[in-house]
Amino acid sequence: MRMLEGEKVTKYFGGLAAVSEVDFYVEKGEIFGLIGPNGAGKTTLFNLISGAFTPKSGVIKFKDKKISGLKPYKICRMGMARTFQEVKIFTNMPAIQNVALGALFGTPKSLSPAKATKEAGELLDFVGFSVPQDVPAGGLTLVNQKRVEVARALATKADMVLLDELMAGLTPTETAEAMELVTRIRDRGVTVFMIEHVMKAIMGVCDRIMVLHHGEKIADGTPQEIAASKKVIEVYLGE
Amino acid sequence: MDMSFFKSRRLWVLWLALIILVGLATLPLYGSLYMTILMTAILMYIILTVSWVIFSGPTGYLSLASAAFFGIGIYTSAILLPNTGSAFPVLVVVIIAGALSFVVAVLVGALTLRLRGIYFAIFTFGLVELVKQVLIFFEINVTGTRGRFIMLVDTHVIYFIMLGIFVVLLLTAYFIRNSKFGLALRSIGENEEAAAHSGVNVTMVKVITFGISAVFMGAAGATIAMRWTYIDPYIAFNSLFSFLPVLMAIFGGLGQFYGPVIGAAIFAYLEETLLTKFPYYYMLIFGCVLVGTMLFMPFGFTGLIQKGWRRLIGGQHADA
Repeated sequence: MRMLEGEKVTKYFGGLAAVSEVDFYVEKGEIFGLIGPNGAGKTTLFNLISGAFTPKSGVIKFKDKKISGLKPYKICRMGMARTFQEVKIFTNMPAIQNVALGALFGTPKSLSPAKATKEAGELLDFVGFSVPQDVPAGGLTLVNQKRVEVARALATKADMVLLDELMAGLTPTETAEAMELVTRIRDRGVTVFMIEHVMKAIMGVCDRIMVLHHGEKIADGTPQEIAASKKVIEVYLGE
Repeated sequence: MDMSFFKSRRLWVLWLALIILVGLATLPLYGSLYMTILMTAILMYIILTVSWVIFSGPTGYLSLASAAFFGIGIYTSAILLPNTGSAFPVLVVVIIAGALSFVVAVLVGALTLRLRGIYFAIFTFGLVELVKQVLIFFEINVTGTRGRFIMLVDTHVIYFIMLGIFVVLLLTAYFIRNSKFGLALRSIGENEEAAAHSGVNVTMVKVITFGISAVFMGAAGATIAMRWTYIDPYIAFNSLFSFLPVLMAIFGGLGQFYGPVIGAAIFAYLEETLLTKFPYYYMLIFGCVLVGTMLFMPFGFTGLIQKGWRRLIGGQHADA
């Protein structure tokens, strides 16, 4: 079953096509990777899917329902959560409250605050957050802030998460832990769509990969196919 | 820190609030008429400040529209309670004024709350001028009048209405601050984008809160207009009423629930006393007090109290 499907998705910034007629789909239970050089339109595509932007043309369907044009909170409540390339957490709130907020607002059914806090605690454990949960999140290290963000996304009872460069800025050990976390998220039954620059990570965990360049899709397929693609090598390594 | 300390402190605060409330409610019995009038003015400033904080405190959107909603309240009173006699009970007029301010705030909010930072502040400030100029135009070209007289209302009635608005406002502010809705507001102030993508309907939360804060400003305006008895667009839409709530909130400190209340009370008392005792130097002294606050009390008056409290008990837990 297809979880997410995009048809000729296009977005312009001024005269520049940031994303141009991109077709894609993500199967349920899959880890789907998105790569491409800087400025390829990866984050723009995430913004289009999550509702931050509305596509100029094309249709995005989530669980067979059209979502392009909906407000971000609606898309979130339908079961699609995201993280951000530059961590966006509530810095003055404790980590646990950051996550509880996702459980309180991101789900279609309303939870009691006590239950939301309990779930938030469990999710923080799940993502490997091992420092005190009641200190303001702004003082946490980058890796822990990213964990809070992932836990907040999962707290919305998402069926699919968009992870935007989860591993950027992490140490090799932390990257390995993050890779393992991504597979554990999939094993919970959550479909993963991730943007990543760390090649080893993306080749290691993804079932399929799509490559964007100047807003256009230039390849998609299994990691092996992508690694062997002449076009992709050209884009990444030059002529 | 043990919880009994917390509980006893909360109970203590509740008792203190009750005693103050009883003291305020029985004020006309033991205080002079001047005391009642002074307290009406102080309560008005507290209402303006606390209702400003309801919206601008957690979200960080600097609203300078207070004078517009306050003025709408004043004009509602002036139109529905003319000195020639009125068909409406006073309390009904106050409620209508609140409702009208709410409607205007929701309409304006829905249009402008996508603006951020300085743009929002400038727009809201412009709103005050817009309403003022429209009214002046209307009075000159349509009615051919200047200003309006308002029916005489008993000083004590005015005081009790103001006190009633104040109590309802404090309960509302407390409830919002400690509810899921308040959490949504804070998340918007911290990171609006993240809040939206975590399922918070940011537009709805912002617009509703903006409307709620306007209700109390409008109601306070309608009430104080009965005391002023004559108003015109310059009096009703004086931009000072946009800036004072901001200054009073900063003076009191935004970190605590009671900060703006204490700030507005001291500030308003100071203003009234300075105005009567030093009519010529009042603005000068007032300015010095403000500069001193910014320089030496960056967290406001309550920040100073907390610092002292912490030093007194030698702990780090004065942030209940």
